[in-house]
Amino acid sequence: MIPAAFDYELAGNIDEAISLLGQSGEAKLIAGGHSLLPLMRLRFAQPDLLVDIGRIDDLSYVRDAGDSIAVGAMTRHADVAADPLLGADCGILAETAAQIGDPQVRHRGTLGGSIAHADPASDLPTVLLALDAEFDVRGPAGDRTIAAGDFFTGFLESALEPTDVLTEVRVPKLDGPATYAKYNRRAQDWATVAVAAVQRNGGTALALTNMAATPVRALGVEQALADGADAATAAARVGEGTNPPSDTNGSAEYRAHLATVLTRRALEQLSA
Amino acid sequence: MSVVEEGRTYIGASVPRKEDATLLTGQGRFVENLTAPGMMHLAVVRSPFAHAEITEVDLSQVRAAKGVVAAYSGAELADEWAGPLPCAWPVTEDIKIPDHFPLASDRARYVGDGVAVVLAESRAAAKDAAELASISYEPLESVTDVALAARPGAPLVHESLDTNESYTWAMSAGEVDTVFGEADVVVKERYRQQRLVPNAIEPRGVLVEPVASTGELTLTSSTQVPHILRTTLSGVLGMPEAKLRVIAPDVGGGFGSKLDVYAEEALCLALARKLGRPVKWVEERSEAFLATIHGRDVLQEIELAATSEGKITGVRARLTASMGAYLQLATPGIPLLGAWLYGGCYEMEAYDFSCTGVFTNTTPTDAYRGAGRPESNYAIERTVDALAREVGKDPVDVRRLNFIKEFPATIVSGLEIDSGDFEGALDRGLELLDYEDFRREQAARRASGDPKQLGVGFSTYVEMCGLAPSRILGALRYGAGGWEAATVRILPTGTVQIMSGATPHGQSHATTFSQIVADELGVDVDSVEYFSGDTAVVPQGMDTYGSRSLAVGGIALHQAAGKIVDKARLIAAHQLEVSPDDFEYEGGRFTVKGTDRSMTVTETAFHAWTAHNLPDGMEPGLEGASVYDPPNFSWPGGCHIAVAEVDTETGDARVIRYIAVDDVGNVINPAVVAGQVHGGITQGVAQALYEEAVYDSEGNLVNGSLTGYLVPSAAEVPSYEVDHVVAASPTNPLGVKGVGETGTIASTPAVVNAVVDALAHLGVTEIEMPTSPERVWRAIEEAKR
Repeated sequence: MIPAAFDYELAGNIDEAISLLGQSGEAKLIAGGHSLLPLMRLRFAQPDLLVDIGRIDDLSYVRDAGDSIAVGAMTRHADVAADPLLGADCGILAETAAQIGDPQVRHRGTLGGSIAHADPASDLPTVLLALDAEFDVRGPAGDRTIAAGDFFTGFLESALEPTDVLTEVRVPKLDGPATYAKYNRRAQDWATVAVAAVQRNGGTALALTNMAATPVRALGVEQALADGADAATAAARVGEGTNPPSDTNGSAEYRAHLATVLTRRALEQLSA
Repeated sequence: MSVVEEGRTYIGASVPRKEDATLLTGQGRFVENLTAPGMMHLAVVRSPFAHAEITEVDLSQVRAAKGVVAAYSGAELADEWAGPLPCAWPVTEDIKIPDHFPLASDRARYVGDGVAVVLAESRAAAKDAAELASISYEPLESVTDVALAARPGAPLVHESLDTNESYTWAMSAGEVDTVFGEADVVVKERYRQQRLVPNAIEPRGVLVEPVASTGELTLTSSTQVPHILRTTLSGVLGMPEAKLRVIAPDVGGGFGSKLDVYAEEALCLALARKLGRPVKWVEERSEAFLATIHGRDVLQEIELAATSEGKITGVRARLTASMGAYLQLATPGIPLLGAWLYGGCYEMEAYDFSCTGVFTNTTPTDAYRGAGRPESNYAIERTVDALAREVGKDPVDVRRLNFIKEFPATIVSGLEIDSGDFEGALDRGLELLDYEDFRREQAARRASGDPKQLGVGFSTYVEMCGLAPSRILGALRYGAGGWEAATVRILPTGTVQIMSGATPHGQSHATTFSQIVADELGVDVDSVEYFSGDTAVVPQGMDTYGSRSLAVGGIALHQAAGKIVDKARLIAAHQLEVSPDDFEYEGGRFTVKGTDRSMTVTETAFHAWTAHNLPDGMEPGLEGASVYDPPNFSWPGGCHIAVAEVDTETGDARVIRYIAVDDVGNVINPAVVAGQVHGGITQGVAQALYEEAVYDSEGNLVNGSLTGYLVPSAAEVPSYEVDHVVAASPTNPLGVKGVGETGTIASTPAVVNAVVDALAHLGVTEIEMPTSPERVWRAIEEAKR
């Protein structure tokens, strides 16, 4: 539980953070720290420099952006969960944030940190994938926008370069129902499996937590629904394109079964 | 349930805990909070292999690292030890006890076995340098599963023993073969008590301070057993006991895991002695998963013989218990603490029990809350349900038919239960539950095909605690007695000092012991000053485990206080110039019968201190000491009822209602008892539904962290409904029994019986613990076939 030695720099603004990240090949950004610090304490991660963006207050906000809602990357889960604008127009994001970890985690962890960490067992990346969210990223060469569908590239890997800072997340305002069906054994655990289901633009989008190396869209289910299948029939296709892990919380076979149950229940809830 | 009897002020009242102000404001002093001038920090290099020959230990890079003072291999410290770490419980004459030294020098036998140590100026430097140790291993075949280890041809944990079997211990009573041969029905069940990790909230920690001029060493350890440490570690280190002082400071829980003599305690002592500087080691949580003892890991086969009516006639139980890689202080004896109780709280005529202890390449097992009795109660309470299924009766009726009802009762295994009220506890539990209403709701859910089904589980239990009558411990070949020592002294100011060898690690001794003495002496509870946990202050004791502190240590204090009253009576009579027989004594005051002339115990203390005018020949001072050896165990019992809701699609099983009706004898402090019951139940629910230490085929502990090892929180359990029946123990003057382990012993089978009951209509009869969602799902799928 003692990390290897590292240097620490407090960034005053985003550009300074990007510049600091460029000073070392083994630098890591730290925001809430509740994903990175456990890895460091177990010495699974041994960055030589931590660049702290925790005091860049202008990255913490929820704003109306017309058809979408813009959320600053440093917005804490607790603030996402309690935000009235999200609650009214993108409730699934607020409700999901409220299910993460425990109160301490929700008051430390940030939306951007959860996305950048790209853990397939995390809740928010899955929901953002189902929402077709957009991520604004700033790097040494300037700003760019990455679609959620292009962002998660592998286990704990994303389209972010080592010198990039995720700055803003945009989610659509919803006019239909959406739900996040999460199964975990203890309240503070990561999901064994979870399903995000969003009715939008006349169709239904689904994404899965902890069913592959990245959060994945349940394309087979989406297709079946588009073809008019009922909830149970569509849910039976949830395993397509997945590669669930086996661990002490469940085998891949059990996860596939659980995903089917949760998908069917989520779809039944959308149509209820 | 506050019940304060007339003439008493504190016993029976929820007196606020004296401990809380310090602990809740963060002012406790745990080992981690302590520091000493010139202190070095110890890190232990541990084997990453479950079984390996250690072919070379190269610490040259470690020694060259910044901040490092010294580093040693096991071989380099071999001369420090006068003997191996102790196993105090050689349960049979021919038990095999392999030598267990603080560091392995030739073979590593489990993942986490210490092979080298680093001493550095800071903890960070010690941890960094430990990573530089270059140790060559030749991996050997390993075995972690106790069933596999017991088979012929299994990899040998200790090659020189030529077997993995440490011992087989057996007992039998009654005409077992006849009873089983003549039985209408015999039900046979197999259970697996999974391996559990105790997870005290404070991991272990050690600080040793040497006194160079005298060769004395002071060991401060996060331990339950400072007195046992002093006795045993002086032997390991080859030093006179007089040179070793042991202190248990504030200790953040133990659950039995700190009832042990650990390598790190011996290492810090040896290294402080060798280098003449203080040495500190504080365990990390992930280290604790490997280096602190585990619990349970026992396979059980149990058979009940019965009539077609469900009247039990006999029980047979066969245990295969994992010892782990070495025998720690009490390892072999732990499964035997349940040896007499496989008949539960039921009458029967024949009893047969045996247990084989088997070495495996795992962390050693030892005492974990309940120690042997959760296992026995689980086996009998699950099997009584199986018997009820077999004879087509309600599990409640089968229990009622078989209860022991007359006390004292000599049970078939030979011990005497001094008191109990099993039927009263069951009746009260059923009333709280509203059993008929529950069965109606269950039937309605089944009829509607609801994916979430309901089940109820019963556990009517008895346990033996208050460890223990020394003669019985002797008969069991345990290496010590079961008495407890106490001293009570009144100072001239009226302050009462009490000293007990029972050493708290979260049980509220300071509060409850003060209540007992304050009532006996008629003083304010706040004027009682409690001392424990330091062998220089309380030199004699047997420490805290086995729900013994109140039923043994509390009685010792009560007797010591009684001796003060006896002496004070003589002083008061002398002062008032009356006969001692002329007094009535109540609430700390001697009153001359029929007059208003009186004197308090506290007032006599002043006279005893000045010693100006004492009876001829009386020694000054007002002090009483007692060593109490209980004539019998104490026998808590009762009825626990769990209601489970099981999602038949996901396999999720939750306890949604929990009723506990316990007989813990007379209650000293209801709030403290409630705390023990609530925590104990949750720990038993944890075994039923959540916790399991999992090893992979290479012998790695797969889930050695609080992320992967599922200790439940308050969010996973309902509010418990806690009630009591009281069958006061006739064995001791306070009528107390002990409550430290009841919840853990009682709750696990209640929960699993409830989960199985929820799925009974689907044909499910057994789900291995923990009843994880996957296991529940698979049990349902299996039953469908």
